[in-house]
Amino acid sequence: MTGDGHHHNAPPNPFLENRRNAAETRVLEERTRKLEELLVSKKLVATDALDRLVDLYENDIGPTNGAAVVARAWIDPDYRQRLLEDATAAIRELGFGGMQGEHMVVVENSPEIHNVVVCTLCSCYPWPLLGLPPDWYKDPAYRSRVAIEPRRVLKEFGLELAESTEVRVWDSSAEIRYLVLPERPEGTERYSEAGLAALVSRDAMIGVALVEPPHK
Amino acid sequence: MNGMHDLGGLTCFGPVEREDDEPVFHDDWERRVFALSIASSALFGPIDRRRHALETLDPITYISSSYYERWLARLENLAVEDGLLTEQELASGQSSVPANVTVSPLDASAAQAVVEQGRPASRDTGRVSPRFSVGDRVRALDTRPSGHTRQPRYARGRVGVIARLHGTHCFPDTRAHGQGENPQPLYSVAFSATELWGSHASPQDRLFVDLWEDYLEPVSE
Repeated sequence: MTGDGHHHNAPPNPFLENRRNAAETRVLEERTRKLEELLVSKKLVATDALDRLVDLYENDIGPTNGAAVVARAWIDPDYRQRLLEDATAAIRELGFGGMQGEHMVVVENSPEIHNVVVCTLCSCYPWPLLGLPPDWYKDPAYRSRVAIEPRRVLKEFGLELAESTEVRVWDSSAEIRYLVLPERPEGTERYSEAGLAALVSRDAMIGVALVEPPHK
Repeated sequence: MNGMHDLGGLTCFGPVEREDDEPVFHDDWERRVFALSIASSALFGPIDRRRHALETLDPITYISSSYYERWLARLENLAVEDGLLTEQELASGQSSVPANVTVSPLDASAAQAVVEQGRPASRDTGRVSPRFSVGDRVRALDTRPSGHTRQPRYARGRVGVIARLHGTHCFPDTRAHGQGENPQPLYSVAFSATELWGSHASPQDRLFVDLWEDYLEPVSE
């Protein structure tokens, strides 16, 4: 949608409005407002902490963190090795870590193996590297189906894998959080680290997309 | 508990619906529910208890609610259960009785420190010597826990191979219920797709799931 001149004029919440009409949304707003006012007035939470948390996850913590890790692994074989052996420590080298990334494992794609990450029991996701998950990752369709029919789900994402490729699904059932290290695309031999990072999408690090070669 | 949240393997939900350029939050109330949940998390005990509070929402509510709707319901329920708020207060929005605890709420920098440091689930104590090694064949126990568990139903009774040792981690089945951290070895266990899903699955595909030692028993060759 980016660049089509339409996005900024679109309704603020077309997706959710499919599921909740305005009256239902008002009820949710009201419940939330009461809960916040009560917890703040009883001095159980502080407003400035709430504002900071929103700001961190809306503005600071997102997929560019994960992309920086991937790009470093692509240009630095020693870093790649450290990342595959002790991802939590290697990721901390670049300044990332913390809540929902306390115990990281990085799984590497190859021509023979494709990795994809899910949490079938809730919606566990590596927040410090990818930010908060998109709705589809949290919805029942993805959580249920990618476990049993990963190839069909990946095809819906536009990713058709060779029958000979081994698909590895990682179900985040514990406090381990998984990041996919995608394959570096052809045609990027002369790319800078920052140029490489710009190619790496959130979806490629979940494993529902590949990193596409740059346009000529 | 065999709950509505345990979705792995269902095929009834149709295509995965995606949204282009999806924002982090769709509505302001989602921002506040997210932040309230993180800022208050320490009040409500370990993550396992808070997860169980989502799993014990009634199943119709669970499956028909969005992610942050479930989080909102969880917060309301836990706050009442723990005596921080009353049902009447939630209905009226007016504070009528003091909370039954006194805490110093996180300020902005303390909240940021929680985000930056996280809360590791690994421990140096407990059962630190793993019973299984990489390559061992194991069977996920075919149990039916009455409370919280992180053993997905699809794995129960199935045979897999230890793929990786993750160290010693708190055991959700006890920690969720105030019955101790019970730290023990956590493994990545690889199951062939055909072992889990039958002959429709591609024989070379595998599913890796993290399972605690108490979920596993050895399989003799």
